[in-house]
Amino acid sequence: MTDASIPSASVPDGAPSGRSSSLLTLDGRVRRRNAAERRFRMYGIGAVAIGLIFLALLLVAIVRNGGPAFTQTFITVPIELVEAKLDKTGNRDLDEIKKVSTFGYKPLVVDGLSVLLTRNGIDNVLTKRKDIAKLISASAVGQIRDHVVANPDQIGQTVEFRLLASSRVDGYFKGRVSRESLARDKNLDAAHLDIADALMARGALDRAFNWNFILGADASESRPEQAGIGVSMLGSFFMMLVVLALALPIGVATSIYLEEFAPQNRWTDLIEVNISNLAAVPSIVFGILGLAVFIQFAELPQSAPLVGGLVLTLMTLPTIIISTRASLKAVPPSIRDAALGVGASKMQSVFHHVLPLAMPGILTGTIIGLAQALGETAPLLLIGMVGYIASNPPDGIASGFLDPNSAMPAQIYEWAKRADPAYYERAWGGIIILLLFLMSMNIIAILLRRRFERRW
Amino acid sequence: MYDTAVTEQTVDQTTTKISARNVQVHYADTHAIRDVDVKIEDKTVTAFIGPSGCGKSTFLRTLNRMNDTIDICRVQGEILLDGENIYDPKVDPVQLRAKVGMVFQKPNPFPKSIYDNIAYGPRIHGLAKNKADLDVIVEKSLRRGAIWNEVKDRLHAPGTGLSGGQQQRLCIARAVATEPEVLLMDEPCSALDPIATGQVEELIDELRKNYCVVIVTHSMQQAARVSQKTAFFHLGNLVEYGDTGEIFTNPIDPRTESYITGRIG
Amino acid sequence: MSPIWTLLFVVALAAIGYGAGRARAMRSASGDIRNLHSLPSYYGANAMLSVLVPALALMVIWLIVQPMFIETRVQQHIPPQSYADSGALSLIMSDVRRVADGLTVAVREGVFSVDDAAGLNSQSTDIRAALGSVGVALGSDVEPYVLKAAQEYRALSGTGQTLRSIAVLALALAGLIWSLRRTNRTFRARNVVERALLALLIMAASIAVLTTLGIVLSLVFNTVEFFKLYPWTEFFFGLTWAPSFGGGSELGILPLFWGTFYISLIALAVAVPIGLFAAIYLSEYASPAVRGFAKPMLEVLAGIPTIVYGLFALLTVGPALVALFGREGTLGLNWMSGGTAVMTAGLVMGIMLIPFISSLSDDIINSVPQSMRDGSLGLGATKSETIKQVVLPAALPGIVGAILLAASRAIGETMIVVLGAGAAARLSMNPFEAMTTVTAKIVSQLTGDADFASPEALVAFALGMTLFVITLCLNIFALWIVRKYREQYE
Repeated sequence: MTDASIPSASVPDGAPSGRSSSLLTLDGRVRRRNAAERRFRMYGIGAVAIGLIFLALLLVAIVRNGGPAFTQTFITVPIELVEAKLDKTGNRDLDEIKKVSTFGYKPLVVDGLSVLLTRNGIDNVLTKRKDIAKLISASAVGQIRDHVVANPDQIGQTVEFRLLASSRVDGYFKGRVSRESLARDKNLDAAHLDIADALMARGALDRAFNWNFILGADASESRPEQAGIGVSMLGSFFMMLVVLALALPIGVATSIYLEEFAPQNRWTDLIEVNISNLAAVPSIVFGILGLAVFIQFAELPQSAPLVGGLVLTLMTLPTIIISTRASLKAVPPSIRDAALGVGASKMQSVFHHVLPLAMPGILTGTIIGLAQALGETAPLLLIGMVGYIASNPPDGIASGFLDPNSAMPAQIYEWAKRADPAYYERAWGGIIILLLFLMSMNIIAILLRRRFERRW
Repeated sequence: MYDTAVTEQTVDQTTTKISARNVQVHYADTHAIRDVDVKIEDKTVTAFIGPSGCGKSTFLRTLNRMNDTIDICRVQGEILLDGENIYDPKVDPVQLRAKVGMVFQKPNPFPKSIYDNIAYGPRIHGLAKNKADLDVIVEKSLRRGAIWNEVKDRLHAPGTGLSGGQQQRLCIARAVATEPEVLLMDEPCSALDPIATGQVEELIDELRKNYCVVIVTHSMQQAARVSQKTAFFHLGNLVEYGDTGEIFTNPIDPRTESYITGRIG
Repeated sequence: MSPIWTLLFVVALAAIGYGAGRARAMRSASGDIRNLHSLPSYYGANAMLSVLVPALALMVIWLIVQPMFIETRVQQHIPPQSYADSGALSLIMSDVRRVADGLTVAVREGVFSVDDAAGLNSQSTDIRAALGSVGVALGSDVEPYVLKAAQEYRALSGTGQTLRSIAVLALALAGLIWSLRRTNRTFRARNVVERALLALLIMAASIAVLTTLGIVLSLVFNTVEFFKLYPWTEFFFGLTWAPSFGGGSELGILPLFWGTFYISLIALAVAVPIGLFAAIYLSEYASPAVRGFAKPMLEVLAGIPTIVYGLFALLTVGPALVALFGREGTLGLNWMSGGTAVMTAGLVMGIMLIPFISSLSDDIINSVPQSMRDGSLGLGATKSETIKQVVLPAALPGIVGAILLAASRAIGETMIVVLGAGAAARLSMNPFEAMTTVTAKIVSQLTGDADFASPEALVAFALGMTLFVITLCLNIFALWIVRKYREQYE
């Protein structure tokens, strides 16, 4: 302890700093430093604000663009089901009636619309009279035919049908289509819009909530007004069933083994390393795996929710394993000791005591894993769940798993790729539905955690 | 209650550096420090003793406004440093802490080299005009921290690589480097072994020549060894304050006596 | 007996085993549970497992081996001159299977009797029409040898199925009897059942390894195939990406690498400063109320599926950027011609990565000990000086790890680039031009109509392999850095 007392002659002992002797006056340096402090703080606030603004922009874009998908324009048209056209023999033989194709119904629609116009005192200003049918979705004829086949006794009467307006007319009322934009469009003329406006004013044309969008099937490229997300929702549902049925038990079993039983050896290390790496493998690589192993090698059907579910299971497993292990770890060792102390086997202590206590955490992790799987798109592209038009709902459980279907995110991608901008609205609308699902799953997870969270 | 009645008589040849008047500290709903009045002298080692949770560390941290970093902490009353209230809204805690340095319970060298650890304070306060100046300050501070001889050959090795005692002396040197007037030490030896403790205590004795040193300690022996003045805290109250010799041999308050004889604490 | 029925029988036997095992154990203990070594349910479970495990294992093996065996047997009926290579053979074999399945349907529908189906010959009957009538459409008329092979196929499958059912049920029954004979009051049923459970747990845990193995094998096999058809030097060093399904493709990975790298760079340039500053603000400055609101809100960004970001890039950000930088844009710069561009994808990907960077950095900044901050504040440093000169340098390795993890995310991201970056592979410095990435090309090469054996499709596996290796290295390195960093303060 000698060097402390050596006075260092070269250093002037009086402070050369120019530091103010009073605390009550700030010197220039402190003022500059405080300004730097404020600037730094502003950067932080700015960063948080930018992040929140991005979130707000994203949500606004989704709601503003997707909202219109939930309403649709309908035209109520009185259609005379002319017997001479629909049932020439007049004996109501169903097989005879079915022979009339949808093409044969076209004139009925044109006539019906003309009647509607005259009834409302609107002039048909179109150059070609039958062009008036362009106001109506191409799906209308199918709808009328289905009705006739179901109710052959109504042939010869005039029935009021609520028909889908064509996507251009619908887009006009949603602000997507304007008279200017129609100038380059051969599907509809500005004159149609005048008629549509007049019909709207007379109440024959209305906008209503679009259940078909939520429950219905996808439609062909040219009929966006008819497309719905319902069938691909079923596809997602069956995939999630597969994920739940496989990922939960396998994930829990893996976690129990690693957390409670695994000896410290190379195999265990290998498993650990694999799990942490799989969690970070790009999802597209899982798609390649699914394509090569499940479709090419095991020859499972393409586009089937079963295959999608298997791929998503493998992708979700690491998430579930990581959260399950965390909740197993959170159960204090004293519980295990207590069970072992009364003579339970290791296996009994785990299954009777540790697992039930860890269950809320496991469920929370599983729901979050499922939510992640529900929104995943990239691997589904490779196993053929995109490009498939999900136009028929599966009939039965087996068909739900094995028949080609789409999935919600894949359907959204498919719509985004289509040329008609009317489909963009559907894609955004699909996103709203997808996000509602994800949000409710996450809320359930949060509630579960709040309700059952235990502090040891 | 006039706990501090004895303090008045001791102000004779030395000057008062810090004087606290009617200080109250609250943590959310807890009243951690009650009505503390104390005058701390310059060029003296003052020890704060008392059982755990008695508020001695809290009070120490009010002296350089380290409590500002805790959101739920509120301080009332007046603490004057050289006659200026450090809780005056015009006072910048940054400027205050340069004058009132602090050494903590656990040695906390920054994950930088020994040189950069010491140079950190002078750099942020702009005490050195150039590299040569800084070199001088670093050497002087390390000498004052009584660690120069041990580290002069490895100034650019990381500070975290030193032993516990060396780290603590490095931290003291680091505090000294900003040319403070007061040094606050919060149980500086509690994480050290007896030999390192001895070295640090010796250092504290040296530092008394240039600084006003306030030390919080758990160990009554340490207080007796290094301090000239002792304040005994109990349940947030300053029970007794006076010359160390007096407190240890002839305590006035029965609580002080109980603590010193080991009945509470 | 179809596999489903066999399975049901085995399950039924297992259920019987459970009841019988339990009852037998109780009887041997003369109805007093205290005389038993294990709880009665363990004896039941033991019997159940003895039925299920061997029987199901045999069934699975049989289901895998039988088709391979039949395949080789049936192939002998196909004259070697009727096919040129193994590809043609597999086409013929799928015809055989189709005809065989068709015959089965026809028998079920009553078009043929069972004997008819086995004795048919293609001269006397129009097989194609007959099968067409029951809804099995064939592409061409049935060659005699195909019909012969199909009949053989049906016969062998039928025999195999019968044999399989018998063998599986016999094994199940044997398991039942064996386990019941072992059941008495001193038998350590719990230990046996627990060993079986443990085996089950180990099997589950091994799935992670199998998945990696599956990924590696599917990538390696197809990549090797690809390099047989296409020189690896041109793949790794080629400067042009021009696949043409007619042949003569140029498949150089460098333009794709460049696109991937450029987009990731922009993404990180957006995400790292914003994420890092947000993390610093939220962990060091923000009041609990602000933190309690802003942190979960930022994390919402992380929970949004990538398809949403992709759409956001394609339909919102892209057009907005064109409106700014495009030909008739507000800034009048004419830098950008289409909405899909490196900038679009990079910007949106950056938004996606903000919460990733901020929550990782938040954890890391929080793990810097408070004593470090106290030490600096006690010397009279301001908060920002403390953060810049003490906290961040201390947290640096962890933050670098976080950025590397984010980079690996960016490189592997698919949906945003598929929708937002464009499809043209080019080597250009202009961020407002469309470029494409490794992931986007994997998608486009595998979702087209290309033959899976062509280099144009196989190249996707080589791309996937490259992607896998790069992200794996980044991840391992990043996790290693983060772990090292954590150990430092534990």
